[in-house]
Amino acid sequence: MNTEAMAPESQSEQMLYAKVLGIGMSIGLLTLFITFGLYLSGLLAPAVPHEQVSNYWELGVHEYLEAVNHDHLHLEHPPTGWAWLTLVGKSDFLNFIGIAILGGITIICYLAIVPTLIRKKDHAYVTMALLEILVLTLAASGILAVGH
Amino acid sequence: MIRTGSLLHSTTGALGFVVLLSFLVPVAALAGDPTLAASSSDAVSWWVWPLVLLVVTFVMGIVAVLGGVGGGVLFVPIISGFFPFHLDFVRGCGLLVALSGALAAGPGLLRTNLASLRLAIPAALIASTCAIAGAMVGLALPTHIIQTALGATILGIVALMLMAKKSVLPEVGQADRLSSALRICGVYTEESTGDEINWKVHRTPQGMLLFIAVGVMAGMFGLGAGWANVPVLNLLMGAPLKISVATSKFLLSITDTSAAWIYMNQGCVIAMMVVPSVVGIMLGSFIGVRILRVAKPAFVRWIVIVLLLFAGAKALTKGLGLPFIV
Repeated sequence: MNTEAMAPESQSEQMLYAKVLGIGMSIGLLTLFITFGLYLSGLLAPAVPHEQVSNYWELGVHEYLEAVNHDHLHLEHPPTGWAWLTLVGKSDFLNFIGIAILGGITIICYLAIVPTLIRKKDHAYVTMALLEILVLTLAASGILAVGH
Repeated sequence: MIRTGSLLHSTTGALGFVVLLSFLVPVAALAGDPTLAASSSDAVSWWVWPLVLLVVTFVMGIVAVLGGVGGGVLFVPIISGFFPFHLDFVRGCGLLVALSGALAAGPGLLRTNLASLRLAIPAALIASTCAIAGAMVGLALPTHIIQTALGATILGIVALMLMAKKSVLPEVGQADRLSSALRICGVYTEESTGDEINWKVHRTPQGMLLFIAVGVMAGMFGLGAGWANVPVLNLLMGAPLKISVATSKFLLSITDTSAAWIYMNQGCVIAMMVVPSVVGIMLGSFIGVRILRVAKPAFVRWIVIVLLLFAGAKALTKGLGLPFIV
């Protein structure tokens, strides 16, 4: 797999994508490991105590959210979507920052290559890149609700 | 070097037993029966489960690399079948495991020109859109139905692994009109021969149609979809095997992102499960790649097939409420 790199003009968006992805992925993974270290060490208190987490993971997600909210969080509604942002002071929810970075980096990569594609007048790929940004943003937005 | 090779063969042989043991011991000791699992959860210290998960996913990461499959396809059926975690969390975790691996590999694959962005973008748009639909359907359906369908899918993947042939450099007479219009083609240098390989693809519309199913299944079951991407890209569309494998891996970083967001927004993420799994798989993959450089453990592929067969049967019987040997 030691293939020689080639970066002709037609591949410049690919190299740009790789560069942004490399940076974002490193930041995301590093954040995930640091926040998990904080969580495990107990330096920052979790919302659900470590020894009680195993009481909940056998439940389906809806029962889990209801139970965790009832027993520990006491919010008006169980925390779905971006509600975790209000709980980042708790070390278990702090881990979501790294996960969100990993989930968001692809959107940033696409945003980064759009100007290059526009400059090249690559209309088909501009359209597809913009549609992909729309799809991923919609998925990330939390608008799409699911119910059993 | 020969001694190193034979040592590695012995190591990978022993690895087979470790793999089976590492999957079966937690089953028998902690998670085989739901009541036993519950009592075990109460009895063991809180750090035991993430540690077991770390060890099992570490071994899984090694086996996945040597067996030529993605971590997600092993993770979901094995963890959901033999651990006490609910399938909702296992699927969310499986997607994040596959996503992390794909994100980590992506930059290198793109820089070396093995993954093709022009090939990935149209496929990713279709697969990621359908993965959202798959995730929503998967989370809305009752668990036993998803578990049954997962079991059937895993057994289907086993059949695909047994039957599908791979073509290193498929013959593509003429690029189709769609791939020509989108300029889906490229050049890479084959390391073993030093040759510059010009590649193009055909049957692009049919391939894109298949990515609908690939996306739905990735989202519904939380599986990385490398097992499906590679045959579509290589056997149907005629991309060289290296390009297909690399583009498939990169493609997962986009497809799994959309599905992962649906699971995350729904609350299917427990940090105590996700982080040890991600770390375990990544460390295991790192070690697996090093072993792969010097060993050719063809039999590991058979271990993967047996494990998937076992896990698929377990998922199927669990979904159908039938007894299973473990």
